[in-house]
Amino acid sequence: MRSDSSISQRLQTSRLRRYIFTTDHKVIGIQYFFLSLAAVLIGAVLSALMRLHIVWPKAPAMRPETYLSLVTMHGTLMVFFVLSTVPQNGFGSYFLPLQLGAREMHFPRLNAAGFWITLASFLVLIAAFHVPGGPSLAGWTQYAPLSALAQAGPGQGLGTDLWLVSIGLFSLGSMVSAVNFIVTPILRRAPGMTLMRMPLTCWAWFVTGVLILLAFAVLLAAAIMLMCDRHAGTSFFVPGGLVMSGKPVDHRGGSPLLWQHLFWFFGHPEVYIAILPAMGLISHLVSVFARKPVFSYKVMVAATIAIGALGFMVWGHHMFVSGMNPYAGFAFSALTTAIAVPSAVEVFNWLATMYRGRIRYRTPTLFSIGFISLFVAGGLTGPVLAQPALDAYVHDTYFVVAHFHLIMAMAGLFAIFAATYFWFPKMFGRMMSERLGAVHFWITLFGAYSTFMPMHLLGIAGHPRRYAELTGVQYVAAMAPLQKFVTVAAIVTICGQIVFLMNFFWSLRKGPTAEANPWECTTLEWSLPSPTPARGFGDKAPVVSHGPYEYHSQPERGYVMQNAAPREDQTLI
Amino acid sequence: MSTVLRLAIVAIALASAGLFLVHPWWFPAAASAQSAALDRRFYAALWILGGLFLLSQTALVLVLSRSQAEDKHSSWYGNWKIEVAWALVITVIFFGFNISGEHLWSRMTSPGRTADALQVEVTGVQFQWYFRYPGADGVLGRVQAAKFARPDEGNPLGIDPTDPTGRDDIVSSALVLPVDRPVDLILRAQDVIHSVFIPEMRFKRDAVPGMDIHAGFTPTRTGSYELVCTQLCGLGHHRMRALVRVVSEAEFKQWLKVQSSARLLSSIH
Repeated sequence: MRSDSSISQRLQTSRLRRYIFTTDHKVIGIQYFFLSLAAVLIGAVLSALMRLHIVWPKAPAMRPETYLSLVTMHGTLMVFFVLSTVPQNGFGSYFLPLQLGAREMHFPRLNAAGFWITLASFLVLIAAFHVPGGPSLAGWTQYAPLSALAQAGPGQGLGTDLWLVSIGLFSLGSMVSAVNFIVTPILRRAPGMTLMRMPLTCWAWFVTGVLILLAFAVLLAAAIMLMCDRHAGTSFFVPGGLVMSGKPVDHRGGSPLLWQHLFWFFGHPEVYIAILPAMGLISHLVSVFARKPVFSYKVMVAATIAIGALGFMVWGHHMFVSGMNPYAGFAFSALTTAIAVPSAVEVFNWLATMYRGRIRYRTPTLFSIGFISLFVAGGLTGPVLAQPALDAYVHDTYFVVAHFHLIMAMAGLFAIFAATYFWFPKMFGRMMSERLGAVHFWITLFGAYSTFMPMHLLGIAGHPRRYAELTGVQYVAAMAPLQKFVTVAAIVTICGQIVFLMNFFWSLRKGPTAEANPWECTTLEWSLPSPTPARGFGDKAPVVSHGPYEYHSQPERGYVMQNAAPREDQTLI
Repeated sequence: MSTVLRLAIVAIALASAGLFLVHPWWFPAAASAQSAALDRRFYAALWILGGLFLLSQTALVLVLSRSQAEDKHSSWYGNWKIEVAWALVITVIFFGFNISGEHLWSRMTSPGRTADALQVEVTGVQFQWYFRYPGADGVLGRVQAAKFARPDEGNPLGIDPTDPTGRDDIVSSALVLPVDRPVDLILRAQDVIHSVFIPEMRFKRDAVPGMDIHAGFTPTRTGSYELVCTQLCGLGHHRMRALVRVVSEAEFKQWLKVQSSARLLSSIH
């Protein structure tokens, strides 16, 4: 009897070790995935509440500060815990080692530490809903002095402290995990996996790792500085001579613009942290599903690196009207324009990859094509916002909201969905329903466009963003009909995601069993059975002899796995 | 699926273009000297970028409809010539558009503080705008908000009572401007960052605590307009609004006179 219980206890510990407190990159990837799923659900519900409130203030009724705290939480959850988490740490943790032919990440414990710090950060953020004053009302950008002074409004006390602690932890967790994304591709590639044979997903994860390490370091520093301004008597961001609610503020010598420079020095690379893994993934998927090699693989690698590097030089385009020296506007404007070029090259190469391909319309294909359409739609308002004179007019209006929701939120989400439908069989050993997948795609595609296209017009008509009520300003109140349309579209889109959840959880238990390589891909993860066995490649690393996108022009010759035996007539690509 | 998808993309592209062409909501009628140039650029931007939008969605549809061909000449792994050509074309379009717009930004940010420019100080306070005119001496008095600001005693900005140049300053809750005269705004904030946005003037600039930011425009059409705050400043952000009245020069002088005599009266009592 006693030995029985000790066996079951040992089994339990081993189960805990295997599925919870593990250093297995696959389990960590899935943990990140479910963390993001929780975050995206909360974030989506918050956006539904916000949309309903601004057009029907009574349903649900809320105070303006509550509305603004929802703005803050929605932005923070979506930007940090969804868009910067699942494409990189979720899918990346799971598939980077597998695609490289590695047994593990180079630092498995750091990988696990990254997840647990991120989970702690998430819980701290959510805790802000339960403190007096509620979450911060200063938005995800937390401009000082609004964010520096507790008396600036409800939510600016404990709520803001929690926000800063959460973001500090998140930065730490991201940096810890980014180390693996840089080191693993350098040190742990399987024999024969030259840099130019890495799938473009791996290139994107690698470059994003560098971006995370550099950008989040600055955010962490800025968050600590702001915390010191709030509690340690420093004045990095608060100038002298301020009066708040009739009382003098005891600070002097700080600069509100310094916060903006630090924040956006992080904040703009952050946009690429969110979208580069998505772009890498789409490059990968268009090739897989068009059964054609990626058009100009080397150019794609170069474009990814160029976007990463230029991403650090454009932050000032968020600050054209901030009081920054207008001359700086010229430089930031030109550099921002420069980053549009590699992005446009990638779009061209996606189209060229599909051109005359034998396109297989599966759910990941649909979402990839949707990604390209949305990426272009959102990207093309970029040149307007990159031009200081034009940006000045639409800055902080719904025009900007439309821009970044199309290119970062919607395109980013489409890539996440494409990745989920694509890798689900490898992660869980079952296929997701294609029929439900298509329904989900159509609702989301039309929903995304109907929600965000009209917002451009709101912005052009001068509608400022982050307004808790629309009745205070006459010309804003006049735009109510269009706002109502947007709300309805948003609610329908959000409800449409139930189809995804149903499909996901149903397929998890009841989906048809997946074969090892259901999509007929060439990359190494598909050389393993589905789901991936716990030991991965085990002690036997695969030997790579082929590029990642060997899809033949003659259908009868099919495709060549990266670890297939070298051909006799093989020429290097 | 391919046909449905292509039709859907066509429908979305046309609906988006239609939305911008019909535009049930659009720019408010311009009322300042530089807005004509800005509007022209905006229209140019929308035509160029709208064109690129339609072009790329069309390309996507075409790519999806061109089924696979067997010819050996199609570029399988890439084609440097096409790649470079495309990069050059897009560079020329984007940079051409960008560089040609820069002089407008330089015109907007150096409004030339001409001698006849009307100086008005704009101060943002949670959640209220104050506009201060220099009065007869043409000089704005010194302000020390932390020391003297008493909103309930008629000195919300904290004008230093010991500074003689401040005695005739006029503080108003509406921005009253004479038509066709350049205005030089000094933007300030007492607590957090606010932002002045007057859509009809095509004017927006942040008011940052600790900074005096000069910016301006020239109103060219009389009438009433709304000034709103576009930088999240707290729970009352959405109601931080002020009225802008552009009036004739004579009306403006009359208004100034009434304001200064009111100020005189209030200082006597």
